[in-house]
Amino acid sequence: MGAKRILETSFRIAWKDLKELSRNKLGLLMLILMPLLMMAMVGFIYPSGSSIDMSNLKVQVVNLDTGFMDMSVSGDFASAVNQINSASVNLAFSDGTTLDVLVDSIQRGEIDAGIVIPENFTYCVLNKQQANITIISDTSNPQVSQQVSGVLANIIESMSKQVAQSNLAAQLNITSAQAASYMAPYNVSSQGVVEGSSSYFDFIAPGLMMMTVMMSVMTGLPGAITHEREIGTLDGVMVAPINRLSIILGKTLAQLTRGLMQGLIILILATALFGVTIHGNILLVIGLLLLGVFSFVGLGVALTSLAKDQESASMMLMAIMFPMMFLSGIFFPVKMMPGFMQTISSFLPLTYASDALRKVMVLGSGIPQIATSLAILIVFGIVMLAIAVPLFRRMMTR
Amino acid sequence: MIEVKNLTKVFGKFTAVDNISFTVKKGEIFGLLGPNGAGKSTTLRMLSTLARPTGGVATIGGCDIVKNDTKVRNLLGVVSEKMIIYERLTAKENLWFFGCLFGIPKEKLHKRIDELLDLVNLTQFKDKQVGTFSTGMRQRMNVIRALLNEPQVLFLDEPTLGLDPQSSVEIREFIKKLNQEKGTTIIITTHMMLDADLLCDRIAIVDHGKIIALDSSVNLKKATVGANTSIINLGITNLNLDMIEKIKTLPCVGAVTQEGETKLRITVHGEDAFDQIIDQVRTLNGKISSIENLQPTLEDVFLHMTGRNVRDSVESKVLVHTRRMAKMPVQRGR
Ligand SMILES: Nc1ncnc2c1ncn2[C@@H]1O[C@H](COP(=O)(O)OP(=O)(O)O)[C@@H](O)[C@H]1O
Ligand SMILES: [Mg+2]
Repeated sequence: MGAKRILETSFRIAWKDLKELSRNKLGLLMLILMPLLMMAMVGFIYPSGSSIDMSNLKVQVVNLDTGFMDMSVSGDFASAVNQINSASVNLAFSDGTTLDVLVDSIQRGEIDAGIVIPENFTYCVLNKQQANITIISDTSNPQVSQQVSGVLANIIESMSKQVAQSNLAAQLNITSAQAASYMAPYNVSSQGVVEGSSSYFDFIAPGLMMMTVMMSVMTGLPGAITHEREIGTLDGVMVAPINRLSIILGKTLAQLTRGLMQGLIILILATALFGVTIHGNILLVIGLLLLGVFSFVGLGVALTSLAKDQESASMMLMAIMFPMMFLSGIFFPVKMMPGFMQTISSFLPLTYASDALRKVMVLGSGIPQIATSLAILIVFGIVMLAIAVPLFRRMMTR
Repeated sequence: MIEVKNLTKVFGKFTAVDNISFTVKKGEIFGLLGPNGAGKSTTLRMLSTLARPTGGVATIGGCDIVKNDTKVRNLLGVVSEKMIIYERLTAKENLWFFGCLFGIPKEKLHKRIDELLDLVNLTQFKDKQVGTFSTGMRQRMNVIRALLNEPQVLFLDEPTLGLDPQSSVEIREFIKKLNQEKGTTIIITTHMMLDADLLCDRIAIVDHGKIIALDSSVNLKKATVGANTSIINLGITNLNLDMIEKIKTLPCVGAVTQEGETKLRITVHGEDAFDQIIDQVRTLNGKISSIENLQPTLEDVFLHMTGRNVRDSVESKVLVHTRRMAKMPVQRGR
């Protein structure tokens, strides 16, 4: 009756559970559907920075320029802007008529933004004055508005620079590179720790995997135990001369397998469909997923022991899981949250688990770089189990 | 073999099992008989180490059920109220799983499973998922599951509940055979008089968590029908509710139950009881078709002890038009 027998019995119980699952069509469907839904939701509802489809955004160019001394340079300007646009972001450009029409179209939601060339454009250009280009955007949709005005401002800025650069070169009789260094003596370029750029998906995929695996175990474990208690089969297991620890262990093992399968589905989808790459060690990724689950098992077992039936168990779980999902920095960086939320966040194991996993997957960190998170997860797991196991024993002989 | 002393179980403020004591000898079939909610299952759950007693002690084969629970579990086979089988596993997989939990060596377990399946004629279904079985087949599975470890003591909680009469007979015969051939000590709980009467060497009648009588079926009946008391079956062709009420008011009449459209089962006391009843029926213009002096059943015993019917709520409501309903088996609540 040593540790070997406990393990043997645990495997037996896990194997039985998995066999049941493999014959449960609905259960299998849910197993595959859950991660798919998660990915779909995050992938298509929260678009990443570069993946907003710009060609869907409509921009109207309103040229109010009245010319100066029978000359007009605004037409050249507009076509140059258009050229840069079609070579880069490719917004849907169209010609407008008046400012009122533009505002009306934005209000109707037919147009996302407008570029207004002022009446005195040619005058300013020819008389060595700054010409004011106005960008009007649909501020009812701040994210889109920000993106579009940013992009448009960039286009105009870069045009502005080009013109200035060639003007300066001509005036001072120098090369255009020299002119550039006069205009902007310092140039900035940024890059990450690993090669290539990371998208919102690289940010979100690790947290999503961690969350799915944890949720799977957290909902699966109390579900499995209370279900067996309700249909009565748990009694059959408990009248056998086995250590009750192996019941928890076996059930956890089965749920863990289920959770890891879901995590793997997410990983495959993320790499195949959304171009996420793993920069760290894949074994470390799996190890972290396991550790994440370990840190949570105690909580799951404790809830199971306290809940009267399946329904109240899952209610209690939801009450814990739901806020955790949003406060652990899976969808939104913890560092950008208000102070008190950051405090709450620092008490949630999911915060550390998903952060560590992100560092490994995105930054290629090894164990030394994530040691603090690892330690916190291990301690949390042990403390929770120390609370949960006695509760579980008590529940079994209620 | 089993000794129970002042065993008590309290749920919150409610005392489900109230200070009961009894002993069961080796090789005996012992019955706990009582209405729903009497505390039979709770008693068995405590003895099975599934529920912790609030008070009192019990030993099985000399082992304390709380302090020595693992040893006790090795001696036990438990058939509880709810069936302990996994529907998505086959018959064989189910038995294999539970056999492994008992640590039975592989070779031996193989043989044992084949033997048991054969014993209850399920060999040809051994690779079918149990979910496809009929209730009778499931119950046979459920019983042999409890026998995997060759238990010295077998607990059966309402083993015939929800079974058709044919399956009930099979299960009863199986239990009897097991007891005779292997000498297994058995405790069976039931609210069916027939089970208790046919199977048990001794019966404890349980009501509201207390044992109110404990003896063999024969002795219990003897005690009920004393020199002065008898049970009669009275046939009245134009029986009606009013007549029943009037008969009940007679001082010599104890319990009255209606059995069929024209028959009454009456417990009577005193010398001139027959005269009194016949007079009463006559004044009500009743037409007596038959009078029979009956042997008492356990039902009468319970009625005598508690003034209530065992299958209280359901069958005491039986009136003239629902006769056929009364004979239907209670559905197993699953
Ligand atoms: N776990 C429990 N919690 C609270 N009350 C219970 C529990 N189990 C049984 N009871 C109550 O104890 C009483 C006896 O139940 P039980 O032993 O199942 O009766 P029986 O098996 O004789 O029908 C019932 O009133 C039942 O409601
Ligand atoms: Mg019961």
